[in-house]
Amino acid sequence: MERAKDADGQQLPEGKERGRFSESRRNFFKLLGGGLAVTFVLQDAFALFSDTDKATAIGKAAADEVGAWLHIGADNAVTVYTGKVEVGQNIRTSLAQAVADELYLPVASISMVMGDTARTPYDAGTFGSRSTPSMGPQLRRAAATARETLLELAAKKWGVLKSDLKVAGGKVLHPKTNASISFGELTKGKEILKNIPGEVPLIPVDAWRVAGTSVPKVNGEEILTGKHKFVSDMKLPGMLYGKVLRAPSFNATVQRADLAAAKALPGVVVVQEGNFIGVAAPDRATAEKALAAVKVIWNTTNQPSRSDLFDYLKANASGGGGGRGSTTKGNIEEGMASATKTLSEKYTVDYIAHAPMEPRAALARWEDGLLTVWTGTQRPFGVQEELSREFGLPKEKVRVIMPDTGSAYGGKHSGEAALEAARMARVAQKPVKLTWTREEEFTWAYFRPAGLIEVSSGVTADGTLSSWEFHNYNSGTSGIQTPYVVANQQIQYHPVDSPLRQGSYRGLASTANIFVIESQMDDLANLVNMDPLAFRLKNLQEPRLRAVFEAAAKGFGWGKSTPAQNHGYGIGGGTEKGGFTATCAEVAVDPRTGEVKVIRATTAFECGAVINPKHLEHQILGAVVQGIGGALFEAVEFENGKILNPHFAQYRVPRFKDMPAMEIIQLNRKDLPSAGAGEAPIVGIAPAIRNAIAQATGVRLKSLPLAPNGMKGMLGSR
Amino acid sequence: MELLINGERHTVKADADATLLQVLRDELDLTGTKYGCGEGQCGACTVLSGNTAVRACQTPLGAVQGKAITTIEGLAKDGKLHPVQQAYLEADVFQCGYCAPGMLMSTVALLRANPNPSEAEIIRFMNGNVCRCGTYPRILTAIKEAAKA
Repeated sequence: MERAKDADGQQLPEGKERGRFSESRRNFFKLLGGGLAVTFVLQDAFALFSDTDKATAIGKAAADEVGAWLHIGADNAVTVYTGKVEVGQNIRTSLAQAVADELYLPVASISMVMGDTARTPYDAGTFGSRSTPSMGPQLRRAAATARETLLELAAKKWGVLKSDLKVAGGKVLHPKTNASISFGELTKGKEILKNIPGEVPLIPVDAWRVAGTSVPKVNGEEILTGKHKFVSDMKLPGMLYGKVLRAPSFNATVQRADLAAAKALPGVVVVQEGNFIGVAAPDRATAEKALAAVKVIWNTTNQPSRSDLFDYLKANASGGGGGRGSTTKGNIEEGMASATKTLSEKYTVDYIAHAPMEPRAALARWEDGLLTVWTGTQRPFGVQEELSREFGLPKEKVRVIMPDTGSAYGGKHSGEAALEAARMARVAQKPVKLTWTREEEFTWAYFRPAGLIEVSSGVTADGTLSSWEFHNYNSGTSGIQTPYVVANQQIQYHPVDSPLRQGSYRGLASTANIFVIESQMDDLANLVNMDPLAFRLKNLQEPRLRAVFEAAAKGFGWGKSTPAQNHGYGIGGGTEKGGFTATCAEVAVDPRTGEVKVIRATTAFECGAVINPKHLEHQILGAVVQGIGGALFEAVEFENGKILNPHFAQYRVPRFKDMPAMEIIQLNRKDLPSAGAGEAPIVGIAPAIRNAIAQATGVRLKSLPLAPNGMKGMLGSR
Repeated sequence: MELLINGERHTVKADADATLLQVLRDELDLTGTKYGCGEGQCGACTVLSGNTAVRACQTPLGAVQGKAITTIEGLAKDGKLHPVQQAYLEADVFQCGYCAPGMLMSTVALLRANPNPSEAEIIRFMNGNVCRCGTYPRILTAIKEAAKA
C-alpha cells in the first residue's frame, strides 16, 4: 500500500497523533472505498470519522474554509463529496463541470454527493452566491490534483516521463508506446490520500471544454419523469404523518391544552412540549382529525400591523450612528449647500415571501440513539447543530440529509420542520414525516425584511452628484453603498427588532437599497433634465457596472426611440455579490383601468468567467421574473400577529401572463474569476419598472410593491 | 374503491371524499404529483382525467371513479419519454423542478385539446401553473416545440 503523504511532502504525524490519523484514514477509506482521494484540508476529511471531541472543534475551525473531497475508485468512478446543496440553481451540474474538465471526463462520469452531514465535509451553507466563486475553483483544484497524481503513478509504473503522458477518457495514455491504463487500475488496491498543494496546474479558462458550455441539468430526466424524490415524497416503513398545531397569532402561548380527544384516536401520538403541540398518525386524514380534536386556550399579545409598519420601524430603530454598513465621507451640509437642486424622499419596502413551490418538509427517524433527518435546507450542517442543541446530542449522533429540494431563494436557511418532525418522532418512536401546508409556509417561515429608506441628495447644474445621505431602517446592508461617485455622503443602517420574522432573500436587502438608489438617481436626472442613462454614466466610474449599463441600453435600443403613448422606458442596475446587473424595461399603463404591464425587459449581467451559459441565463431570467413580483405586487399583509394573505389566491406571484419579452445579455469576462449568479440579477428590474412607470405616467412611485392594484386613482393629476 | 391510473387498476382504502392527491401520494406512492397549495391555485398537482387536466388536490376520489387517470409516472412508455417530456428535456427547462410534473401534465392536456396553440392560447391555458424559479419562457419554447413534434 502507498503511504499516505501530504502532497507538499510532509510526513505523517508521529506517535499518538499518528494513531488517530491512521484510524481516521482507515475509516475514511472504509467509507469511500480504496483508490485515490483528494481533500482540501487533510484534517477536515477525518473530522467526521473520528469519534473524538476534536471532530466538533475541527468542524468549527473549518467554517470559513471550503470543504469537499474527491474520490476515484477502483471501478473508475469519480465521486465528489460537498456539503453544498441543490435548490434549483443547478450547482450540481456546474460543479461537476469543473471536475469533468480537469479530469478530461464527460460530466456523466462524475457523481456528486451533496449536503449529507455524515458523508460530506462541513459546509456553512449554500447562500450568498458563494458556491461558484469558492467551491467551484476548489473542486477544480482537487480534480487537477487527482489528475496530476494519476499521471505521476503512471509515469512511475512505466518508467517514463510524466510530461510524455496525457489523460483522456478515464485513462492515462502514453502516446509514444500506445500504452494506456485506466484511473481505476492505477489506484487499485491502494489507499492514496492527497492534499491539494499550493500550486496545481489548472486548465486555463480559454481551454475549458466542459465548463463554459451549456451542459444540461444532470438529473433533468428524473425531474421530468417524476422519479426524483423530494423530501415531501419520501417514505419509511412504519412512518407516521405529522401535523403541528399553529398558534392563532405570532408569539401566542398555550394557556391550557386539552389533548384527550386527540389521544383517543387510533394510532395517534400527541406531543406537547411547552408551546409546541404536534400530532402524528398512520395516515394524513387521521392526523388532520387529531389536530382538529386538540383544544387549546391561547394567550395572545397585541402586535404591530402592516398599517403602522413604517412608523414602527422608524420609532423602534436602534443605534444612532456608526455600525454595520455605515459610511461617512466629506460633509453632508457642504454637499447640500453646493447643490443646485436637492431632493429628499422617503421610500418604503414591504415584507415579501419566498414562497418556494415545495413548502418546508422533513422526515425524521430515531434509531439506536442516532437521529437522521431528511429535510430541504440550505444549511444541512446548521440544522444538524440546531438538532444537536435541541436534543442535547453530540453532532456525530445527528445526521441531516438534503435531497435536491424544491427551491429556496434564501428562504430555507433554517430547520423548523426538521425540529418539529424530530420532536414528534422521538415521542412516537417511529419515523415521522412533516410537510408544511402552503398556509404554514406563508406564515411560519420568514420573510424578506421590510424597510423604510430615507434619502437626501443634491446635484449641481451640470449633473454632478454633490451630496448623498441614506438611512435604511431594518431592511439591511446589502447594496447599501451607492456605486456612484459622491464627494459628500453619509450612509447608515438602522437595525430594528422586526415585527415579523425576517431573514435572507435572493439578493438580500439589495432588492430594497438598489431600488431606492436607482429610483432617486432617476428623479435627480429628471430634476436636471438629463437622460437617466447619461446621468448615471456621468457619475459612475466602476467599469464593470458601466459596461452592463451600456450593454443593456444598447440591447434595448435606449435613446433610439420614444415610447408610445402611455408607455415608458426605465433603467436600473447595480452590483451585489460580485455580479453586475443592469435592466432596461418598457411598461404600458392602461389610462382607463390603471393596469401596469411590463412589455419587455433587457438585462445585461456580468459575473466573471461564465461556467454554463444556458444555466446562467436561467438564473438571470429567474431572478428577473422573481423580481417582477416584488416590484409590482408581492406584499405580506398582516395585522396584529396574523398573516392575512397566506395563500396563492391572495398573495400574487408572477405567472405566465405577467411575462414580458425578455432579453438577456451575458458579458463573459474570461479574465475574471467566476462569481455566483443566483442573486445579483434581481436588482435591476424593480427600479427599471418604477422608472418606466414614471416616464409613462409622470408618477414617481416610492414603494415596493409599486402597483399591487395597478395605477388606478393615481393618474388623475395628468 | 377502484381507480384506473396509468392503465392499471388499483383498489384503494381511502373514502370517496379523500382527495385524489392524497391517495396518489400517500397510498399508491405515485409521488410525482406534487402538493403545492392544496387549493387549486398553483397547478403542481395537475393530472389528467381522460384528456382533461384536473387539480388532484381539489378532486375527490368519487369524481374520478371509472375515469382513466394519467399521472406524470404514466407519460413515458417503455423507457421512452413522451414527446412533451422530450421537448422539455431538450429545452433544459427546469431549475428546482418541483413544478415540473404539473407543468408537463397541463401541457399534455393543452396539446390534446389544441394541437397547435398560439402563444396567447398557451399562456391562457398554463396561467394556473406557477413556477417560482421563473422558467416560464422556456416552458413556452418547449410547448411550441412539442406541438411541432
